[in-house]
Amino acid sequence: MPLNVSVVSADEQIWAGEASMVVARTTEGEIGILTGHTPLLAILAGGEVRVTQTGGRKIVVNAQDGFVSVDHDTVTVVARAAELVS
Amino acid sequence: MGAQLRVYRQKIKSAQTTKKITRAMELISASRIQKAQQRVAASTPYARAVTRAVSAVAAYSNVEHVLTTEKENVERAAVVIFASDRGLAGAFSSSALKEAEELATLLRSQGKDVVYYLVGRKAVAYFSFRRRESVRTWTGGTDQPVFATAQEIGEELVGAFVRDTADGGVDEIHIVYNRFVSMVTQTPEVVRLLPLEFVEGVEQPGQHEMLPLYEFEPDPDAVLDALLPVYIESRIYNAMLQSAASEHAARQRAMKSASDNADTLVRTYTRLANNARQSEITQQISEIVGGADALSSTK
Repeated sequence: MPLNVSVVSADEQIWAGEASMVVARTTEGEIGILTGHTPLLAILAGGEVRVTQTGGRKIVVNAQDGFVSVDHDTVTVVARAAELVS
Repeated sequence: MGAQLRVYRQKIKSAQTTKKITRAMELISASRIQKAQQRVAASTPYARAVTRAVSAVAAYSNVEHVLTTEKENVERAAVVIFASDRGLAGAFSSSALKEAEELATLLRSQGKDVVYYLVGRKAVAYFSFRRRESVRTWTGGTDQPVFATAQEIGEELVGAFVRDTADGGVDEIHIVYNRFVSMVTQTPEVVRLLPLEFVEGVEQPGQHEMLPLYEFEPDPDAVLDALLPVYIESRIYNAMLQSAASEHAARQRAMKSASDNADTLVRTYTRLANNARQSEITQQISEIVGGADALSSTK
């Protein structure tokens, strides 16, 4: 079962879709999220969030000032300012 | 041309030029409502995510945070008023101001000091005309709010809330803004922002699921510390966007009725002008006929 990922900034939803893995940097260090991850609420340290889509394509989002929440295979990356890098 | 007729013609001209202006403003507002509504909708996922996260931490961590605990005796309350920068929007600004006045009366009756934070030139003008004090004002850009302003307001408010009451801090923060209900209805609304009321505005988790027991990184306190200002900001930003959409809707409606009124004025004055012209002609004819009669009878 893939992860349901959405990336939102204050102004709009940047990206939403299915993914197999999300890698983000929290204040504690880098974290990789796969399906079945325990529910988590972590503060982002800023920088890149990498999303590997189910097809294998990769998406890189630059997120500043935010947090990431995981529950029931739903990953939400929330940032004040975020932009799609590639 | 008779004096009367000239006056009517002048009035018709003036009503016509006014109508051109009001009509243009109506069309501009109508086109901007759409965009303002879209911005409200676009910011919803963020607000929802933030609200959900805040309620998750609050529900499962039992932390006593300065932003969520109610102080025992509230001495000073802050009221943030969201009005518009420009007028000609019907009762838009005055309804928000009226609501704020009612709130202030209520707060004072509870023995609280009221301080004001103003957003929008109309609110500032209202206060300066009455020589009243306000702590801080933000003007410009109420019709197209940007997130940076919301961030600034949020920082200021949280700063004032955290400060001691003796140093000019506040114990409660309320916001007053016009909520966009539909194109024809915008209702002024009062929301207590701080201390947070978790019952109100918090999204209930879906029926099929409970809020999960989260793991917090680095720890619940730090997460709540980081989340609450973000939550305040998103509430303020939402209020600003709602207010902007309401402003456009109110202006569109006000300008529509102004244009309609100009139409009726033009019609009435045209009738009157026609009357005046006709009676002038009638008078001239009867003068000529009377003159001719007089001449022929003297022969």
